[in-house]
Amino acid sequence: MKKYFSFFRLRFVMGLQYRSAALAGVVTQFFWGFMEILVLRAFYEADPIAYPMTIEATCCYVWLQQAFLALLSAHNFDRELMNCVTNGGIAYELCRPISVYNMWFARNIAVKTSQAMLRCVPILGVVIFLPRGYGLAAPRDGLHFILFLWTLFMGLSVLVATQMIIYMIMFFTLSVEGVKSFFMSIIELLTGAVIPIPFFSEKVQRVLEILPFGAMQNVPYRIYSGDLTGTQMGRAVLMQVFWLAVLTALGKILMGRAERKVIVQGG
Amino acid sequence: MHLYKQYLAIILKSKMEYKASFFLYSVGVFLSSFSVFVGVFFMFRRFTNVKGFVYSEVILCYGIFLMGFTLSEMFARGFDCFPTLVRKGELDRILLRPRNIIFQVLVSQFEYGRLGKLLQAAVMLAYGVFESGIHWTGMKILTVALMIFGGMCLFSAIYVLYAALSFFTLEGLEFMNVFTYGAMEYGKYPFAVYGRTMLRIVTFIIPYALVQYYPLLYLLDRETNAGYAFLPLFSLWFLIPAYGMWRFGIRHYQSSGS
Repeated sequence: MKKYFSFFRLRFVMGLQYRSAALAGVVTQFFWGFMEILVLRAFYEADPIAYPMTIEATCCYVWLQQAFLALLSAHNFDRELMNCVTNGGIAYELCRPISVYNMWFARNIAVKTSQAMLRCVPILGVVIFLPRGYGLAAPRDGLHFILFLWTLFMGLSVLVATQMIIYMIMFFTLSVEGVKSFFMSIIELLTGAVIPIPFFSEKVQRVLEILPFGAMQNVPYRIYSGDLTGTQMGRAVLMQVFWLAVLTALGKILMGRAERKVIVQGG
Repeated sequence: MHLYKQYLAIILKSKMEYKASFFLYSVGVFLSSFSVFVGVFFMFRRFTNVKGFVYSEVILCYGIFLMGFTLSEMFARGFDCFPTLVRKGELDRILLRPRNIIFQVLVSQFEYGRLGKLLQAAVMLAYGVFESGIHWTGMKILTVALMIFGGMCLFSAIYVLYAALSFFTLEGLEFMNVFTYGAMEYGKYPFAVYGRTMLRIVTFIIPYALVQYYPLLYLLDRETNAGYAFLPLFSLWFLIPAYGMWRFGIRHYQSSGS
């Protein structure tokens, strides 16, 4: 456990070095968040009764999504890991006397956390001061806030477990960019990054909430504002645990297969 | 022109060397814009209109805007990849050849992978044309053509500007994505949806609304003044600062030395 932790710390500190990239990211996220809120408000004005959330909850959803984009966006793949599949760097990874799966898992979590830490502070720092109906409101209560933090972490783990499986698929197909762009778009849509899951029709929504994708950003951002509460919240929390267990088990099996199959071609 | 065709053939051949990868990539690109459409689709399952625009009108608007953007993505891809040319020092090679530099950058890449996206735009455009209940006249067809053409030029100008900035920064600037992908993403709805301040910005600073919102009003008969149909041509003024910046950048170019 200690070695994974020190590996995590190493990656975390490395990630904090890229400050100018983070600044550019923050500017982009502000723009994105504002546009998203403006368009959702326009729909609200068109028909408030058909609107499935409160305006405050939507704003919380959008701003949390932007603030923790690096953490829970399916766009965020680890380029170095992708490259090591094609350029043979995988050989070094396999030489280390620890489980590759666990190491990559820790590494992914560390990289994403360090990126998000840098970016979320300026965004959250500004949006809490925006007027009500545009900015980020306070969490519903203490319990919801604690559950928000917990489900944020679990959502991250479910996403990383899913991405691990995608890295494995890259292993077998060797088509890195293709596989990435293919899965990225599908996950983005099903996880509620294009439009929040409550905006889908009722039937679709029910299906999405059972899928692993519904156990990612959908859960924490809605718990924060109290949009997801009571028994539904309890169910979502359990679903996250369930999917994390299933996806890591699947990932480890695939990794075992891939390790046996790997052919390093010189270099 | 002959040379241009030869370049396109070579790029196509090189892509075809990795067929499976190319195919998956194209599907992925298509899915990324298709998922935006799915988002719009489900929003209109729930709501009947947004700021007075109904589903078929929004699809028409999105189809036209996406087509202009995708065409510029395909043709002006060389400028999108330009920062890499500068960083790797490949620009020096281009500068030594006795041909126009802009031409050479243009032909350095051609993005066949966007064909699926172009098809999506065409299908949405066709749907919008037939379902929006517009009475089509020669003037309105011309308006649609101008909107697509204007959109293509405007986005290409932004790509040139992006490339010109990399003369100084030597790397791509992430926030420039706001003006290309961001504008595309939010151009799916007529710009009036975002309120009056935003509409002013996209009219006077970066003229997206000139190729999207105002001519759309004319198409939908909300504005009878035929002048609105020709507004896309006015958006071409944006080519001037883009070209100026490019000239300025190239004059101050110092090789990155690798």
